[in-house]
Amino acid sequence: MILPDGLIAVVKRDCPTCVLVEPVLQAIENANHPLTVYAQDDANFPAVKQCIDDIDLEVSFHLKVETVPTLIRVAGGREQARVVGWERGEWRALTGIDDLGENLPAYRPGCGSRSVEPGIAEQLAIRYGDFHVASRRIDVPPLEDDIEYCFERGWSDGLPLVPPTEVRVYRMLQGTHRAPAEVLGEVPPNLVPLTIEKVAINAVMAGCKPEYLPVVIATVEAALEPAFCLHGLLATTWFCGPMVVVNGPVREAIGMNWQGNVLGQGNRANATIGRALQLIVRNVGGGRPQEADQSTFGSPGKLTFCFAEDEDTPWQTLGEDGGFDRDQSTVTLFTADGVQGVVDQKSREPGALIDSIAASLRTVDHINMANAADAVVVIGPEHGRVFDEALWSKAKTTAALHERLQIPGQDLAMGTDKSPAALPVAASGALVPKFRAGGLQLIRAGGKAGLFSAIIPGWLMKGPLGSDPVTKEIHA
Amino acid sequence: MNTVLLDPSAELGSSEREPLSAPDSLDGLTIALLDISKTKGDVLLDRIDVHFTERGLKTLRFKKPTFTRPAPLDLLQEIAQRCDVVVEGLAD
Repeated sequence: MILPDGLIAVVKRDCPTCVLVEPVLQAIENANHPLTVYAQDDANFPAVKQCIDDIDLEVSFHLKVETVPTLIRVAGGREQARVVGWERGEWRALTGIDDLGENLPAYRPGCGSRSVEPGIAEQLAIRYGDFHVASRRIDVPPLEDDIEYCFERGWSDGLPLVPPTEVRVYRMLQGTHRAPAEVLGEVPPNLVPLTIEKVAINAVMAGCKPEYLPVVIATVEAALEPAFCLHGLLATTWFCGPMVVVNGPVREAIGMNWQGNVLGQGNRANATIGRALQLIVRNVGGGRPQEADQSTFGSPGKLTFCFAEDEDTPWQTLGEDGGFDRDQSTVTLFTADGVQGVVDQKSREPGALIDSIAASLRTVDHINMANAADAVVVIGPEHGRVFDEALWSKAKTTAALHERLQIPGQDLAMGTDKSPAALPVAASGALVPKFRAGGLQLIRAGGKAGLFSAIIPGWLMKGPLGSDPVTKEIHA
Repeated sequence: MNTVLLDPSAELGSSEREPLSAPDSLDGLTIALLDISKTKGDVLLDRIDVHFTERGLKTLRFKKPTFTRPAPLDLLQEIAQRCDVVVEGLAD
């Protein structure tokens, strides 16, 4: 905006300091200094000639006024200097009037500008700022409940959504430096270009806070990597959906959970980050149950499945496995069914515990199936302690599990109709690995009490013909 | 004042795609039989192939590397260039 040359003051009647300086403003005017006053709450205050109504706060917003009174000197349409509040010496210096405010106290602090009040600032940024989003604006009809309206539009995963108003989306977008129009890739199944803006809108609906947005963006970037094969994953008849594991400093920064009930409810970041990804698949990609999503059963994790790793252990973290340092934050995406518990309250040395966990892993997909789906094993703190006290690293523990999961060929026939495919293997007497190399991933998390671990099997379609885990760094 | 929401959906993507109209007759057309690599899809297509061939129709066989992903572009282009209609085996 073009500023009038001379002096500009921004005031509000509600501010005692502004009331205090009213005679000062009149004195400036009487000294024949060009003065324009913008009034934030009462167009008749103060009593000066050039008092302009700024109740809609447009000028206050453009001038970035944070405190009233603010006095600005303008020359050639540009701001030269400003003072805020009442400080006699500063006002005299700015105006060049030596006896200004002689009868007033030397100093009085100002008040907050109406333009920076909570809730107002965002509305002004949307109305007058450079907030440009391309998404269609949808008017919710009067008297209609906005949450019910979101259900009726088909946007919901079955649970209530936070209605994505402009103000909420604006706030969400403050969580990233990236431009709303930036395209992250194409979301299957409809292969629709996904912008940061659409990510933000769906993150609002999922219940995310703006500081979660970088995690959501990295999650989406990982999901859209061809290696993750989101298209097949969302369409499969199998149980699975995406599972998000977060590493690095961001876990603490946004208050994620890696302790008690880590795979359950109760933590906003865990719950909403995973949900945001699934809402994007639904709303942008068009992947809906009983349509493109042909899952026979699905799983509760398809609402949301996201948690953080416990990094306070001797083991290398998942982020480090992906080639990142501990001071870098990452997301790693897996395909995941539900959770299968492993209890062993007796083993006190790692070999015996490996036997227990391996025995339970045998049942992934089918007890007589080799080369089964990949699996994540979340090692709880009390099981982890057994490995730690024996100085077993993650690599050693993983190798021991693989070694313990070699299945004799004769055990591989499924059911009563002995699988012809297994017969040559059975005849050879060979040992067949239950899991492919790299197909077991160990993660540390969980509450302090309980000699348990958790098996989370993935999609049957693994590797190059299906999905591989993908790790991405989280950037602000 | 009404609540204004921002549309979370694709909105710019086409929500419906008009299918091509089916040919009146298969006579003289080349039929692609596309195996998407689902188990026993080939069994289904073998049977269909026999029926088409008995009727004097021309068939060509194609296979996707995996059913979990869309067909590679070069495969789509080859089918589009060499064939008039496609039969996919979605069996399992």
